Amino acid sequence: MKLQHLKESARNGLWRQNPGLAQILGLCPILAISTNIVNAVSLGLATVMAMALSNLAIAALRRWIAYEIRIPVFILIIAALVTVLDLAFNAYFHSLYLLLGIFIPLITTNCIVLARAEAFAAKNGALESTFDGIMMGLGLVWVLALLGALRELLGSGTLFSGIDMLVPELSAIQVFSSDYPGFLLAILPPGAFFILGCLIAAYNAINAHRAARTPHAPLPAALPQAAAATN
Amino acid sequence: MTTETVPPPPARLPAPLRSALIPALGLAAFTLAFTALMAFTYDATRERIAAAGEAQQMRLIDEILPRGQYDNALLKDAVTAAPPAGIKRIWRARRGGAPVALVFETFANDGYGGRIELIASLGIDGKIGGVRVTSHKETPGLGDYIDPARDRDKARPWIGQFTGAEAPPPQATWAVKKDGGTFDYRSGATISARAVTRALGQGAAWAAARRDEIFAAPTGSLIDADAQREREQE
Repeated sequence: MKLQHLKESARNGLWRQNPGLAQILGLCPILAISTNIVNAVSLGLATVMAMALSNLAIAALRRWIAYEIRIPVFILIIAALVTVLDLAFNAYFHSLYLLLGIFIPLITTNCIVLARAEAFAAKNGALESTFDGIMMGLGLVWVLALLGALRELLGSGTLFSGIDMLVPELSAIQVFSSDYPGFLLAILPPGAFFILGCLIAAYNAINAHRAARTPHAPLPAALPQAAAATN
Repeated sequence: MTTETVPPPPARLPAPLRSALIPALGLAAFTLAFTALMAFTYDATRERIAAAGEAQQMRLIDEILPRGQYDNALLKDAVTAAPPAGIKRIWRARRGGAPVALVFETFANDGYGGRIELIASLGIDGKIGGVRVTSHKETPGLGDYIDPARDRDKARPWIGQFTGAEAPPPQATWAVKKDGGTFDYRSGATISARAVTRALGQGAAWAAARRDEIFAAPTGSLIDADAQREREQE
């Protein structure tokens, strides 16, 4: 495992192939859970764990997975590991489990997990694959955090609401005065689409700006290649 | 003369069968291994999950019935109600064996976002000791004030108005002011308040009318089984 590969993985996950902004994969949690920053980051971190574990397991077992049945086996491994994660959360982090509720099992259906299994873990070593899973997951975390923060701020004028369910000593920050009427649209699912759209626009603008400044460099791989948006 | 040579029997299965069988066996092996992993985890976490669930349930009950008021193992002292009652589980709080309060779970199916689950305590004096919403899908920022954790009015949360309210007479229920009742609602989200108020009133009326029967019933029994049977015969 070379340092250069790690750097490449990190750059891909965090920016160039960012699951939320470039690959547009995993919209299911993005829409459902990003109503505030605490939920968004909690589910994001659970996704990081699921991706690291599933990439590790798949990369380690890849020699024994016949090509014809690789997709069912990947799904099986992902679903089993998410179930284990779900049970572990329920047993050891019960308050977090209550907050994330039904969304942990839904990580199974988050197609970024399967996408990384197929595109990366099936062809690379266990350590590189684990690192790739973590970086892809973190790429999703920062987008989810930003989206959650914007929705929470616009929607109810607070930040970090619900943090007391994780750390009882902390409480939410009231950013706008408490008579802020709230902006319901931001909290409802359409608001997630609108704000995600704005984030993708900003992301593309930054990439275009960078590309314009270095005219001889090849275009960044992730200038939107119209990734298939699913789930 | 030629000696006919018998072709040797095929040592391996025919190719098409082999190409189907090997992946199938592989899939079966993976399924077995990962099912074993899940079963092992389930077994290892089962007790902790049950304990965490009970602790969570007790934290909720503590909010509506102070722990100092009773001395029995509340969660173990449970009965269930026949489905027509609109009540699910009922726990009986006793102090030195004497009845203190009932804690019951009820629900409203007519919330704005569907089902609203409630838990409430009803004192032996027929008054509500406290109410909490345990699950709901009301609109965030609009109808979700029924949950005190989401209510903006932290000093006087909406759900607090039920504390101390007398249970309605049998077959009756409560209503919000808009419908001619006595309970407050917040404008713009009447449906959530109406659903909670009505379900709670019905539950309290039902439990208050059968209070003695509920306290006397053996643990684990079904209350109002007669009504259930009559309903089934109709």
